[in-house]
Amino acid sequence: MALNKSLDRFGSYCMFMWRSFGVPEKWKVFFRRYADEITKLGIDSIPLILIVSLFIGSLCTILIKLNISNPLLPRYTVGMTTREIILLEFSSSILCLILSGKIGSNIASEIGTMRVTEQIDALDIMGINSANFLVMPKVLGLITIMPFIVIICMATSLFGGYLICILTGIVDPDTYIYGIQAMFIEWYVWFALIKSLFFAFIISSISSYYGYTVQGGSVEVGKASTDAVVMSNIMILVADVILTKLMLQ
Amino acid sequence: MIEVKGVEKSFEEAGGRRQVLFDINATFYDGKTNLIIGQSGSGKTVLVKNIVGLFKPDVGQILYDGRDITQMDRKQLKELRKEIGMLFQGSALFDSETVMGNVMFPLMMFSSMSPEEQRERAQFCIDRVNLTGSENKYPSELSGGMQKRAAIARAIALNPKYLFCDEPNSGLDPKTSIVIDELLSDITHEFNITTIINTHDMNSVMGIGENIVFINKGHVGWIGNKDEVYSQDNDDLNNFVYATDLFRDVRKYRLVHGYHRGENT
Repeated sequence: MALNKSLDRFGSYCMFMWRSFGVPEKWKVFFRRYADEITKLGIDSIPLILIVSLFIGSLCTILIKLNISNPLLPRYTVGMTTREIILLEFSSSILCLILSGKIGSNIASEIGTMRVTEQIDALDIMGINSANFLVMPKVLGLITIMPFIVIICMATSLFGGYLICILTGIVDPDTYIYGIQAMFIEWYVWFALIKSLFFAFIISSISSYYGYTVQGGSVEVGKASTDAVVMSNIMILVADVILTKLMLQ
Repeated sequence: MIEVKGVEKSFEEAGGRRQVLFDINATFYDGKTNLIIGQSGSGKTVLVKNIVGLFKPDVGQILYDGRDITQMDRKQLKELRKEIGMLFQGSALFDSETVMGNVMFPLMMFSSMSPEEQRERAQFCIDRVNLTGSENKYPSELSGGMQKRAAIARAIALNPKYLFCDEPNSGLDPKTSIVIDELLSDITHEFNITTIINTHDMNSVMGIGENIVFINKGHVGWIGNKDEVYSQDNDDLNNFVYATDLFRDVRKYRLVHGYHRGENT
């Protein structure tokens, strides 16, 4: 029963995505909405990303220093390990889990409210493909801006670690700088950027789907918003495991 | 003109199929305010959704000036929709756009006008519904009546041949309801639109009902106009229209003294 329901839901999601991707009614309107979504979903999230990244970078540095006390390990290990954690997991997966809470609920509640207030019906009646009109700019907008967000996150997190070294002196700042450059593997940056594209698609498409298929009123919009975040998080983690296995092994 | 011929519609439910519409036959005329009336749950909203193509009837034809909407492919349906304006119960204005943005929206999507011409046309529609001065306000800054008028302006922006209104007076005070009714009636006559209004507001029935289709338990219960409403002897319709003492008294009075709109009776 539960499997049937899940398959039914997955089929419905696939059909929804099929409807969402097509030639826009008017390119001019599409590009305007696309630019708006990049601003709304990406640029407006930068303050949150800066705050979270700065603190996580600092925390990583402190915790690694506290847990690596073996005198045989070189001092730069703190910087190097902080870098690896940030590049491999935090800047893409954990960041996207955080962003799915902000962006996912925003998308689901916006589209859900449009559904229950008949704004989507109004688009359909006008002869506009409402799924395409509403969803495609959001998905493409988030996919476009996500790599930049990841790069900002990487830089800010590493800076957070550096800052804590200066402020507390737990690690010599020069050693930290040396550590974040030591045995650097460029592919890890590409790995994070590629993963973020998948995660951006997951967050925007799943949240749009939950919002678009709302039936009822404000209570259902709230529930859809929560469900969208939960499902996005689960799918991000599943995709993370698969992508890591495929790209790093 | 829109003709509905032998339309039937049923829905799959937990206990089996439930038929909502039974052999509906009705004609909605150009340049007239056509009303679909009936109790809640009688099937009038389902009928309107079938007519606009949001639902597909199980059986029957729906002809827009001879063009059967039930047989249209996606492209033809899209073309037809450009001739349709719709006023929703909750207005359905786009929250993120101003009044001007809302009215310009269909023009921006479907017309080949320049931005200046679009703005000019939108301003004409806004002026026509007496919303001059509210162009830059957002829907949340408007009263219920003003939202309805903005939605009417958006609905007529593309010069539609067919205008659908779902409960246009819901949530409005009686005076504002009359303003909306008169606006819809005037626009219908001025632009020769086939207007279909789904309502259970008795003031609308008696004020602007030039062609009234009464839906009762999924069947066409009665067809007539606002003057005939007083003299007909359909029990179901009478139970619906004259549900209150006030309307029963009005009916008695008018059957004796006659009634013409605009006179002091």
